[in-house]
Amino acid sequence: MTTITAPSTVPAPPMELHTGATGELRVIGMVWERELIRYVRTRTRILSGLIQPVLFLFVLGYGMSGLVGTVGGFNFHQFVYPGVVAMSVVMTAMFSALSIVWDREFGFLREMLIAPVDRSTLVLGKTFGGASVAAVQGTIMLVLAPLVGIHLTPLLVVQMIGLELLMAVAMTTFGVFVASRISKMESFQVVMQMLLMPMLFLSGALFPLNGLPSWLAFITRLNPLTYAIAPFRQVIFDAQHMSAVARARFSTNITWFGWPLPMWLELLIVVVFAAVFFVLAVRGLSRAE
Amino acid sequence: MSVLVATTSPPGGRPSAAASGPSAVEVRGLTKSFGDLTAVKGVSFDVAQGEIFAFLGPNGAGKSTTIKMLCTLARPTAGSARVAGFDIVEDAKRVRRHIGLVFQEQTLDDQLTAEENLRFHAVLYGVPSDQVDARITRVFELVALSDRRKDLVSTYSGGMARRLEIARGMLHTPRVLFLDEPTVGLDPQTRALIWEDIHRLRREEGVTIFLTTHYMDEAENAERIAIIDYGEIIALDTPDALKAAVGSDTIALETADDDAALAALRAAGYKVERTVGGLTAYVEDEEAAVGPVVASVGVPVRMVRAHRPTLDDVFLHYTGREIREQHSEGAMPMFARAHGAHRR
Repeated sequence: MTTITAPSTVPAPPMELHTGATGELRVIGMVWERELIRYVRTRTRILSGLIQPVLFLFVLGYGMSGLVGTVGGFNFHQFVYPGVVAMSVVMTAMFSALSIVWDREFGFLREMLIAPVDRSTLVLGKTFGGASVAAVQGTIMLVLAPLVGIHLTPLLVVQMIGLELLMAVAMTTFGVFVASRISKMESFQVVMQMLLMPMLFLSGALFPLNGLPSWLAFITRLNPLTYAIAPFRQVIFDAQHMSAVARARFSTNITWFGWPLPMWLELLIVVVFAAVFFVLAVRGLSRAE
Repeated sequence: MSVLVATTSPPGGRPSAAASGPSAVEVRGLTKSFGDLTAVKGVSFDVAQGEIFAFLGPNGAGKSTTIKMLCTLARPTAGSARVAGFDIVEDAKRVRRHIGLVFQEQTLDDQLTAEENLRFHAVLYGVPSDQVDARITRVFELVALSDRRKDLVSTYSGGMARRLEIARGMLHTPRVLFLDEPTVGLDPQTRALIWEDIHRLRREEGVTIFLTTHYMDEAENAERIAIIDYGEIIALDTPDALKAAVGSDTIALETADDDAALAALRAAGYKVERTVGGLTAYVEDEEAAVGPVVASVGVPVRMVRAHRPTLDDVFLHYTGREIREQHSEGAMPMFARAHGAHRR
């Protein structure tokens, strides 16, 4: 029989842990902060998030300009600029949300899911983080505006950042929901190719939505991104001195069977979309553990 | 100094000396079924506050499932358990706040620094803002990683990452720290370091350590061991008591004249038998007895072999087979994931 030493110290009284709303708020802040730290640390991601839109802006923009020509002093690359900025916002937000797939693969998702925290808190933090990062990326794109002849005013910059945030929030909640359903890393590329690219191409980001064949027009009206990009383009165009001809040619109105939607309705659709996918994302993550 | 009194009636022995305070873990008839398969068959046991308690058994024995229930990651089919004084079903969130968990697979963000990982955890578990820094400094000291706190986790070795996870598990001053196979896949030197860490945590923080292992030599570090097989606890006691129950220590001898040696040893009061190729003396403590036995033989000794029953003998005794046979069988980590642990 061996004698063993009993613990010499009584357990230190466990510290009073923060619970309730303050605790959850701090968690939102922390998840948000992690998202920003990771964004700043991966410079390649910032760069690659820039290259593709720039390519679209200059190569597609100027290429198509030759074909479309100048309408009332307005060029195609001026038309495509808002779409390209939106594209970079959407892709950054989606990428940020889908990093949950990485977190799952490398175990960190479990560290978050087993914590005594509400799932909705984690999704909120993730959403704000993704939205901030995406808005930063979109704001970096503002430096390209003078190069393609888009005039920026202080008011326009504020409006743009606001709309970028809304767009990014919607895409992040959508992305978190998608990520909660993906269990394999390999599926990540597939999702990016089969979901994100069609969404971008069918959103009016790269071409005007008027004058499309009716079946294609119908599909674009089902795409939530359409309703995020139209107001974004509208505020930018409103700040330019466009001729009536140009305005008519490069229309920013979305119509439902000939009825033009007011901007508040477009924004409401985006908000509802974001809210629905927020709930679905929380549910999706709840299944995950 | 207290003596752990061996409780000889497995399963479900009560915690002994250390059990003066309330139990850190109380398990009563805990059962988990998956369809027709009953993975855990009504186990009951207590773990005292401040104890190091090991669940020893082959993969698939039910230790993983039991721990998962105690950590509120799985719902019991029947029975009940209290961890840190809270019911694992009724009060799951409180249980989680008062336990630390270290998984077999890494759960760190290796694009963050060690300190950032700990800060994240501190906030998630509600460590008050004014105590976060002090507590982070403290747990880095506990696992001797203070000089690496500003480094990215991607620069850490596997052993350092595991120790960082142990530190993280201690951040929110848990009452019970659950460690799932804490040293699996690590080299012997790192394993020794981790055991130093574990003993230090227990000594300095008074935390209860509940670990699973299928390494016999590692289970020896625990104060009490529950041997679990086919969903049942088949033995539960201190390592020494478990070994004593299997049989006593022996000293095998080969001498120039076994008859003379036998007579001499019996005259000296030893219990000796003639066995194949020599003599075997049954003693209480082989280490202490080997010298006096040899000195009492009185004839030249050709060979001495002292043996104390090991946990392998214990496992063999209770299950009729060796734990090692089980290793290859569907290795299911306690907190199983689709993929194993990866390092980016």
